[in-house]
Amino acid sequence: MSPTPQRLQITAARPDPALLDLPWHIPLEDWPAETLAALPRGISRHIVRFARLSGRVVAIKEIGETVAHREYELLRQLERIDVPSVEPVGVITGRRSPEGEPLEAVLITKHLQFSLPYRALFSQSLRPDTATRLIDALAVLLVRLHLAGFYWGDVSLSNTLFRRDAETFEAYLVDAETGDLHDELSEGQRAYDLEVARVNIIGELMDLQAGEFLEADVDAVAIGNALAERYTDLWRALTEVESFGYGDRWRVQARIDRLNDLGFDVGELDITTDVDGTTVRIQPKVVDAGHHSRRLMRLTGLDVGENQARRLLNDLDEYRAATDRQAEDESFVAHDWLTGVFEPAVRRVPRELRGKLEPAQIFHELLDHRWYLSEQQNRDVPMKEAAKSYVKNILPNRPDEQSILGVQAGDLREGSQQPPVDEDEIIG
Amino acid sequence: MATVTFDNATRVYPGTERPAVDALNLHVEDGEFLVLVGPSGCGKSTSLRMLAGLEDVNAGRILIGDRDVTDVQPKDRDIAMVFQNYALYPHMSVADNMGFALKIAGTPKADIRQRVEEAAKILDLTQYLDRKPKALSGGQRQRVAMGRAIVREPQVFLMDEPLSNLDAKLRVQTRTQIASLQRRLGVTTVYVTHDQTEALTMGDRIAVLKDGILQQVGTPREMYDTPQNVFVAGFIGSPAMNIATFPVLDGHAALGRTRLPVERSVIDQFTEEDRNHVTMGFRPEAVDVIPATDPHAIPVIVNLVEELGSDAFVYGSLTNEFGAASSVHSGAGDAQVIVRVDPRQVPAKGETIGIRIRNGEQHLFHAGSGERF
Repeated sequence: MSPTPQRLQITAARPDPALLDLPWHIPLEDWPAETLAALPRGISRHIVRFARLSGRVVAIKEIGETVAHREYELLRQLERIDVPSVEPVGVITGRRSPEGEPLEAVLITKHLQFSLPYRALFSQSLRPDTATRLIDALAVLLVRLHLAGFYWGDVSLSNTLFRRDAETFEAYLVDAETGDLHDELSEGQRAYDLEVARVNIIGELMDLQAGEFLEADVDAVAIGNALAERYTDLWRALTEVESFGYGDRWRVQARIDRLNDLGFDVGELDITTDVDGTTVRIQPKVVDAGHHSRRLMRLTGLDVGENQARRLLNDLDEYRAATDRQAEDESFVAHDWLTGVFEPAVRRVPRELRGKLEPAQIFHELLDHRWYLSEQQNRDVPMKEAAKSYVKNILPNRPDEQSILGVQAGDLREGSQQPPVDEDEIIG
Repeated sequence: MATVTFDNATRVYPGTERPAVDALNLHVEDGEFLVLVGPSGCGKSTSLRMLAGLEDVNAGRILIGDRDVTDVQPKDRDIAMVFQNYALYPHMSVADNMGFALKIAGTPKADIRQRVEEAAKILDLTQYLDRKPKALSGGQRQRVAMGRAIVREPQVFLMDEPLSNLDAKLRVQTRTQIASLQRRLGVTTVYVTHDQTEALTMGDRIAVLKDGILQQVGTPREMYDTPQNVFVAGFIGSPAMNIATFPVLDGHAALGRTRLPVERSVIDQFTEEDRNHVTMGFRPEAVDVIPATDPHAIPVIVNLVEELGSDAFVYGSLTNEFGAASSVHSGAGDAQVIVRVDPRQVPAKGETIGIRIRNGEQHLFHAGSGERF
């Protein structure tokens, strides 16, 4: 009997014909080096590989058929409700080897450009606040997921990717295998997710310490606990009922302003008064993250991280004041700022250095650099001059972060190039 | 160690009318391995999550031992969700991988080492304790993950479809390992699966759920031999039971030209809803193959023979002579039956064979309610 031939079934929203060119008849573990972008390093339950597809990089994970379809659907739903997560490309089933042996289904996701695995951010020279910023970013992600009714089930640093967002990070969900989308989460689901997160983070940090990538005196338990505290504070600020006397109605606007400062828009605020009308109770019912990034998008069309947007908006405000155009329509001023300030500055970066950082992140660093130069020279250094100095002295020493793949903690240091990939370290 | 009790536990999702779990009453004995099984949407995972504290209980109570945990936080319930997360840390030794949760909880070092060593002994991992996970095989890594749960010494293990993302071979291996390990540890375990074979092979007892309602709970043998209703009869067993509904005339069920006597005591229990019909089930192995010409034979046309070496199954259609053909259904579909035949004498495809249900090996159910007589 001749072996059963391969009959691929591809499920994808926007199928790319180039998908058919990948060697699906070979177990992922044995894929030839020329198809791979890099080998992943770190901890994963499944075989995962990065491959090149139509000029971009995709992550491919071998996983059971039902689970693959389920995770694909979940990632699509997360995309629809606008939660930061990796973008699913598709599921391929029906794989067989030339001998007719059935091979596992695969889930394909887009590699998130300029994203950093947490391991890449830790090295011997870890700045103490990097850990805090990662934890903050993860707490924001977890709150956003929970607000949307998503129970993660396996929150950890390894199931998250981080993107620089001005001086902070923005966290993206990478692995939704254990997740579930509900109308609303129970207290128990939130508490369990948070406890899993705490234990996993501490475990991951202890692992970095065991591998001597993180100073032994860093308190892993305290960092894990900090996540729980950050999460709880943010959850309370976003959902808590607040009551006050009828005369203190200014507190309604104050609450909205406070949420905006935290980066959230209030979509729906529940306001009730008691029978005699002396007490007012308010509770945000719908809050959406991305207050600043939405505003910047509306004004300039730039799609950037929340804190990058905050920084850019500040610069826009300064520009408005400096050019004495406060009375003018904001969108006109924004247009002039975009074409006269932002774009020329970013364009000064030579092509070969553009893979270092995202444009908005470069602009953020440029602003920092200009501030630093101005302070040093005790004068207002013009943007053009600052950009020249930044491109010459700072940017070339930064690692290429466009596609950080297969890195190990400590591999990524200032000035280093893509690390050489040796032995695969997938465990689980 | 502890018992687990669901006392009229009910879960209604907001915006739905039918409860996802409807007044579940179930008592799991200390040290018992109980499997919750049923088709998708039956409420098995919801029940487990209620026990874990992940789902609110809208009515009723849940007890672990004598303690009412209905409103207790998941982390304070003294339970362990096994296999939910089994990523291992590459730079930590196997011992540290197993004991790190205790370290976080502030357990003294000597205690951690002792508990890890005990767990390693049970898991056959003693000689690997100081190695890194990289040096272990796939199966050994899974045992390390199990060890993580064991060292915490929880009262109850919870497992939700833990084998669903393993390939077929590893699934069968792991199934046996989990079952034997659970017996050695004697920790009360509640295990959820949609796969009735997994349920039969692993559980001390099985609870079958459908539409949020507990259908039957019993040992694998009880579930197989005396299913309490048509649903359980059709769900438990592979290949599935052949089930058909027939009119009863003069104390006999009419199966085409064959007439099967139905006991007086059964007929006496007929209700109006039954409309003088009986639902009869017979397992593939409960029939004899006899010459098709025999006046008592039910003729079956062979569509396919599945040879498994130790067994052979005929997947066949009933002929037109068989008046009620369309009322029969089995694992192979409507108007089809599955019959176990002697693997050394298999009929050819297209051949017509005669079958006869062995006396006393049929299961009789009310045609109306589906309940067993």
